[in-house]
Amino acid sequence: MTSHSDDGDHHDHDHHDNHFSAVQARVKALETVLTQKGLIDPAAIDAIVDTYETKIGPRNGARVVAKAWSEPDFAGWLRSDATAAIASLGYTGRQGEHMRAVFNTPETHNLVVCTLCSCYPWSVLGLPPVWYKAPPYRSRAVIDPRGVLDEFGVTLPDTKKIRVWDSTAELRYIVIPERPFGTESLDQQALADLVTRDSMIGTGLAKSAGEAR
Amino acid sequence: MNGAQDLGGQHGMGPVAPEKDEPYFHAEWEKRALGLTLSCGAFGAWTIDESRHARESLAPATYLSASYYEIWIRGLEILLKRHGFISAAELAAGQMLDNGREPKRILTADMVPGVLAKGGPCDRPAPDQPLFAAGDPVRTKNFNPETHTRLPRYARAKKGFIEAVQGSFVFPDDNAHGKGENPQWVYTVVFDGEEIWGEGADPTLTVSIDAWESYLERV
Repeated sequence: MTSHSDDGDHHDHDHHDNHFSAVQARVKALETVLTQKGLIDPAAIDAIVDTYETKIGPRNGARVVAKAWSEPDFAGWLRSDATAAIASLGYTGRQGEHMRAVFNTPETHNLVVCTLCSCYPWSVLGLPPVWYKAPPYRSRAVIDPRGVLDEFGVTLPDTKKIRVWDSTAELRYIVIPERPFGTESLDQQALADLVTRDSMIGTGLAKSAGEAR
Repeated sequence: MNGAQDLGGQHGMGPVAPEKDEPYFHAEWEKRALGLTLSCGAFGAWTIDESRHARESLAPATYLSASYYEIWIRGLEILLKRHGFISAAELAAGQMLDNGREPKRILTADMVPGVLAKGGPCDRPAPDQPLFAAGDPVRTKNFNPETHTRLPRYARAKKGFIEAVQGSFVFPDDNAHGKGENPQWVYTVVFDGEEIWGEGADPTLTVSIDAWESYLERV
């Protein structure tokens, strides 16, 4: 098992803490200058933050997955035109303009990364977690996906194929995880509760029926 | 550019260390960093490609030791200075010294829902038909521009095949440098793990990138 104590010098939060006050001052200075110049509206910043804290997040994606599990026609639409299928649920906009849905199967597991920056499907998953944007994940997902998955507590059969999608262009990917066994009787709301953010990146699997709630 | 941002396949970066129940923000300044970046992007003075290039142009030691919101803020400072909205002296002083340039648009709170819902689609009609079709074998080119590119080093001069024609999109290698959108076809190109990583590669691994047409040549 890897842990924070193994290699603390390289862990993102140490950087975070060391630089905290300097960065905080830097951001404050920038916001002050821009506000004095009338170039920004501080209330707009509040509105942006509120949007991504309370309105747009991985529950959007979970509803997409639950619908795909329940409705074959919708799953087919996701395969042929994910942008339109997802927009039909009201999920559109910034960093979700060009969506692709990739389906896990018994044979293949999909994993999404952006090795060059931090491309992520904001419209369905919200803001990316720190680890998604940090060097360890971005460097290793393409060369050692099983090692990365192990750190998320996910072990796949040795024979399972792994497909890593490096988001190098403007397409944004959502993984449709495999539907867990024993969930035939669940409605879409209950199914959505099984869908974790990580399962839609590929660093996790959907929860089993027994794990719900 | 072969900068610190091009991380695929690098070693020594440490464990991923996912955080349980991670909050959206770890400090107030991260919220301001997000909001400032999006607000200033709304000026319409630069493209997303130029902003990516500003971030990847940070010195490697800075890039690798900064959190991502710090990278954003440092990139934003570069863009604001380059386009005449603020000066280095103002940043150092932490206050306004000159008027500076006026943007085309200033994002106000009432505009936020519409702007975020609209996003910034970057698909554009291409002047020609796609050169490649699904199933075609291709090789990525080998080049090492000092300028912006979205072809990662690990995927240069590698043989793969076209899995899908994804449409035509703004070409970032030009657009990041003010040379126009010059749309090209984009393809999902799939490589065997062994083609990329050679000896010892995970035999179950395939990796795909989304590649603009000019990154590719026929095999």
